[in-house]
Amino acid sequence: MNDHYDVLIIGGGPGGAMAGKAVAEAGLSCCIIEKRPAIGTPVRCAEGVGQEIYDFIDLDPKWVSAKIQGAELVAPNGQVIQLSSEMAGNEVGYVLDRKMFDRELIWRAANAGCEVYVKTRAVDAIVENGVVKGAKVEYAGKIRNITAKIVIAADGVESKFARWCGIDTVVPMAELETCVQYLMTDIDIQPGVNVFYMGNEVAPEGYVWIFAKGERTANVGIGISGKKCRDGNRPKDYLDRFIQEKFPDGKIIELIVGGVSACRPLTSTVSAGLMIVGDAARVSDPLTGGGIINAMYTGRLAGEVAAECIKEGDVSAAALKKYDVLWRESAMGKGLERNYQIKEIFIRLSDDKMNSILGSVQKIDLEKIGTKEIVKELIKYNPWLLKEISSLKKILG
Amino acid sequence: MLSIRREICGYCGACVSVCPEGALELVDAYLTVDADRCRDCGICARVCPLGALEVADERSL
Ligand SMILES: Cc1cc2nc3c(=O)[nH]c(=O)nc-3n(C[C@H](O)[C@H](O)[C@H](O)COP(=O)(O)OP(=O)(O)OC[C@H]3O[C@@H](n4cnc5c(N)ncnc54)[C@H](O)[C@@H]3O)c2cc1C
Ligand code: SF4
Ligand code: SF4
Repeated sequence: MNDHYDVLIIGGGPGGAMAGKAVAEAGLSCCIIEKRPAIGTPVRCAEGVGQEIYDFIDLDPKWVSAKIQGAELVAPNGQVIQLSSEMAGNEVGYVLDRKMFDRELIWRAANAGCEVYVKTRAVDAIVENGVVKGAKVEYAGKIRNITAKIVIAADGVESKFARWCGIDTVVPMAELETCVQYLMTDIDIQPGVNVFYMGNEVAPEGYVWIFAKGERTANVGIGISGKKCRDGNRPKDYLDRFIQEKFPDGKIIELIVGGVSACRPLTSTVSAGLMIVGDAARVSDPLTGGGIINAMYTGRLAGEVAAECIKEGDVSAAALKKYDVLWRESAMGKGLERNYQIKEIFIRLSDDKMNSILGSVQKIDLEKIGTKEIVKELIKYNPWLLKEISSLKKILG
Repeated sequence: MLSIRREICGYCGACVSVCPEGALELVDAYLTVDADRCRDCGICARVCPLGALEVADERSL
């Protein structure tokens, strides 16, 4: 490990890996540090991604567990809404094997020339006159100062680095989806179909997912709002009740837990010498919880902008701002704001209203229409939505 | 005072991301708490998906 790099990246998830690859491909020196002993494990993910994954990587059967052709939504009253491959839009995609996938991304970064160190933890930031200059790093039992022209914080939902640099990264409790998932086998599922259960009884302010990983194997998980957690009503309690009813004979072969931010992104994802990407920047989708692609997108963009700024000799906040502006103006950035507002509406719905909304989904031709159009169609069938929730007008422009 | 049941913790970071004081951190496979910073607000205990945290004198949130 050197004492200085052009770019130092904290965290070896999809965000960090994509940033490392972009910086190395631009011919600059860079290093990813990852505090865990192995990349990709333990997994904190349901592993679902849409077709957009092709914008970043060609899929390989090695890290794809299942191809998904359709989705089912189960309303609180048990009504099942089927979204076929033509209708499901973004829901169609893949269930990854993230242990393999994350490793592949890191391997690609390393292959491009980025150094990678596991079991190496950032313990503090080095900041001089308000400019981030590097990190204090615990490596092989010793604390070392590693300096860099730019540090990219890709340290995920438990991000501390940006906080050490003086940025408020706290996720409000009500906007933290707290999750538990079992990898279950020997269960009756529909291979190739992802199922979502909704309703305040099943998953308050969240949902239960069954993401098929094979013929009789699936990720069965739940996310609920942090503010709904109580003793006896924690995500694990809800999930245990759910599987007791649906899959009483299933075998649990893995337990994972996690947090997903469902808040707005950080108000700024740069400061002098610092860029923040992926979950650390709070860019997971507030409606679905999906964050893999957003982490890859922001990671790659941050790496590209970092390389550009270093080559131009300007790592000021103003220069790095280009990254912040670009992602906010992108389809991803606009989608985050729209989905945040839609989420705010959905969490206030009673089960009756949710039944009514989900019931009308069946009447809508979902093929080739985006979230905005779907919401417009929903209002057509549920005019009370617009009356009750004036903020919808703003979303629809 | 915050107590951590390490045998239950699943190393997920949910609690770290909501602590308003930055008092929590995941170090190796363990959650650690900086007792000087912790103000016993109980927010972290509320969001833990497994119930690994407990605050003795949890204030009402
Ligand atoms: C239960 C659950 C289900 C999910 N399901 C989906 C899904 O189906 N689809 C989807 O798209 N997204 C899903 N997500 C979200 C997705 O997992 C994340 O959005 C994605 O992993 C974010 O990537 P990242 O690179 O930003 O962060 P991470 O993948 O979290 O990587 C951050 C890395 O930084 C490391 N790190 C942290 N602090 C330090 C430090 N101080 N020093 C060194 N390293 C550090 C961590 O160990 C970690 O490896 C889910 C999340 C959860 C919790
Ligand atoms: S009790 Fe409050 S201050 Fe203490 S660690 Fe938990 S969230 Fe942080
Ligand atoms: S939220 Fe619970 S399981 Fe997750 S790191 Fe904190 S104590 Fe551990």
